[in-house]
Amino acid sequence: MYSNLWLIPFFPLLGAIVNGLFGKKIKNEAVIGGIATLLMFLSFLVAVQNFFRLLGDTEKVHEIVLASWMTVGNLQVNWELLLDPLSAVMILVVTGVGTLIHLYSIGYMHGETGYYRFFSYLNLFAFSMLMLVLGGNALVMFIGWEGVGLCSYLLIGYYYEKKSASDAAKKAFVVNRIGDFGFLCGLFILFWALAGKGVWTINFVEIANNAHLLETGGALITVITLAFFLGATGKSAQIPLFTWLPDAMEGPTPVSALIHAATMVTAGIYMIGRMNILFAMAPSTMMTIAIIGAATAFLAATIGLAQNDIKRVLAYSTVSQLGYMFLAMGVGAFSAGIFHLMTHAFFKACLFLGSGSVIHAMHHAYHHAHLHDDPQDMRNMGGLRSKMPITFWTFLLSTIAIAGVPFFSGFFSKDEILWWSFGSTAGHPIFWVVAVCVAGMTAFYMFRLVFMTFFGAQRTDARAKDHIPESPWTITVPLIILAFLAVVGGYVGVPEVLGGSNNFGNFLAPVFGHAQELHHLSAHGSHAVEYTLIALSVSIALIGIYLAWLMYLKNPELPARFTAKFASAYRFVFNKWYIDELYDFMFVNPCKKLGTFLWRAFDVKVVDGLVNGCAWVCKGLGAGLRYTQTGYMYNYAMAMVVGVVVIVGFYVFS
Amino acid sequence: MITVNHYLLLSAILFAIGTLGVLTRKNAIVVFMCIEVMLNAVNLTFVALSRHVGNMDGQIFVFFVMTVAAAEAAVGLALIIAFYRNRESIDVDDFNMLKW
Repeated sequence: MYSNLWLIPFFPLLGAIVNGLFGKKIKNEAVIGGIATLLMFLSFLVAVQNFFRLLGDTEKVHEIVLASWMTVGNLQVNWELLLDPLSAVMILVVTGVGTLIHLYSIGYMHGETGYYRFFSYLNLFAFSMLMLVLGGNALVMFIGWEGVGLCSYLLIGYYYEKKSASDAAKKAFVVNRIGDFGFLCGLFILFWALAGKGVWTINFVEIANNAHLLETGGALITVITLAFFLGATGKSAQIPLFTWLPDAMEGPTPVSALIHAATMVTAGIYMIGRMNILFAMAPSTMMTIAIIGAATAFLAATIGLAQNDIKRVLAYSTVSQLGYMFLAMGVGAFSAGIFHLMTHAFFKACLFLGSGSVIHAMHHAYHHAHLHDDPQDMRNMGGLRSKMPITFWTFLLSTIAIAGVPFFSGFFSKDEILWWSFGSTAGHPIFWVVAVCVAGMTAFYMFRLVFMTFFGAQRTDARAKDHIPESPWTITVPLIILAFLAVVGGYVGVPEVLGGSNNFGNFLAPVFGHAQELHHLSAHGSHAVEYTLIALSVSIALIGIYLAWLMYLKNPELPARFTAKFASAYRFVFNKWYIDELYDFMFVNPCKKLGTFLWRAFDVKVVDGLVNGCAWVCKGLGAGLRYTQTGYMYNYAMAMVVGVVVIVGFYVFS
Repeated sequence: MITVNHYLLLSAILFAIGTLGVLTRKNAIVVFMCIEVMLNAVNLTFVALSRHVGNMDGQIFVFFVMTVAAAEAAVGLALIIAFYRNRESIDVDDFNMLKW
């Protein structure tokens, strides 16, 4: 019944191959972009069809085996896809948001050399991500996992001639790889542990069914889940492996929107959701996840407060919101985490695309005026809402959503997380406190962004400021659609306390319910407490918005006075808590030194020495042996005599 | 009494003298003469042992050895003449075309 599921990853793969092989010959931008977008859209249609089929189906878990991959002893690994509510939600998000971003890129990347390369890589990324979310066993998921890392590298380094871009791409790939190592370790130990109990599998359904064979709360399951979580931190930019995401803003804006807001970074959350049974069995890991999620959310929010580059603010915001999602997973609120993943995809993609629209327009203006100012620096912006109304309104709607203002999508998902972090059996009020502070900071810095960019006086250079255009339809239409989703997307998950029936949570119950029941993960507490918490978080968000208005619209000289007064704190936060410098000191420079040492002392001296030494020995032997062939007859005669004497002597005296 | 050992010893000394001559002498013809000395030493051994054992085989073999010696001397001298025509010298140190 779900036999056309394989088409979902196949369409973008086809697009990647066609654009990759023939793109250079098809010089027509509309054709290249059109092929890529159309194939993504077809993928989306198939995903929608399968989603509705699943909705109407009583059996919610479907495995589709495409082919056998390898049979090793008792282990059978297949090319298989898994469709259940979780993957259904993910494929809708990936293909839906993906299609809109492809459409956006047609206009945004206009005129770039290597236009076809961009779309080829973007489609390849979509293929990898879809394999990741549809994978029926850990190896198929890992193919997707690695593939998205690769495509991230390729796309961040799209402007490869720029050194900062290629450095950022390398950084992203290397940091990701560390996480991948964690994933593999976790997988290997899990396989070995289950095999020890007689179960030879890496298929997700079978793992879930047999997870009870492992000891709950034991060291083994904790190590396995921690290793997987390390993989998740790499992919989803959490402490300690988050440093690549802000640098990744070197890539074109559609890349930032797709990969670093809506999809790749959510792979870690998805993976935890997919293996929720294992994680629920390891309370220490869950606590670790919650702590790291909360800490990352806090750290990133503080850094985002001080950044001036519009994309950097959004990047740190992404890291912070991902921290929220991990916090949710860590306290057992799996469906809340996925819900926030979905709403975040909508509003963050809209925000990134909106910022792209602004950057595109600023770039156009500077180009027109032959200036070299930074089109991404918010200090060069201001008052753009009259020049770019559609961009402004969509951006504003998404900002309101991310700030958690009631009735927008972000409010519902964020509040569910806040409630669980407070009241869950695995939660703790301190998580709630941190999360609420982060919510306040989020509201503040997002509205700071909006006020600095769209309101107030135009700080753009006078020669350029009248040439800032609104963007074409290929850019504004996706913005409008995403803003609409950012507003209404939350209504599928209205919690009971506010009168809704939590359709989203119920839809995902077959995936998460078992683990939640088994390990008593639920949010308990009276409705009164819940209302109080909601009221508190909304007020903090409103305070954040008010502060932003106060500091950036009403009294624009306040920020300068503030940073002057708290200069060292400001510097600390502006310089990203000096974590990049710390990593350089702890890991990067020692690694470089080790590499240099291995080159100079080992490669040159030992390896080359060995090879040259062999040649030297041969030469020496030859130099010695050539004296046996002097050409002098009497030498030969002497040799013969000596030989005869030796042999006769041997016989005589033996 | 002159026993067979005396003949064998004499033969050995002659053989050693011949060998030393082959190895150390400079003139090619003298080298050939030393080779003849070696061959004759061997002849002496054969005859002495033949008389000692009482069998005629040794003495018959001497004929073969002498024949071979004669033939070899002829060929060798022909070689020396060819070499002299090439090199104007029969110093064995000059026979070095096999050298690397």
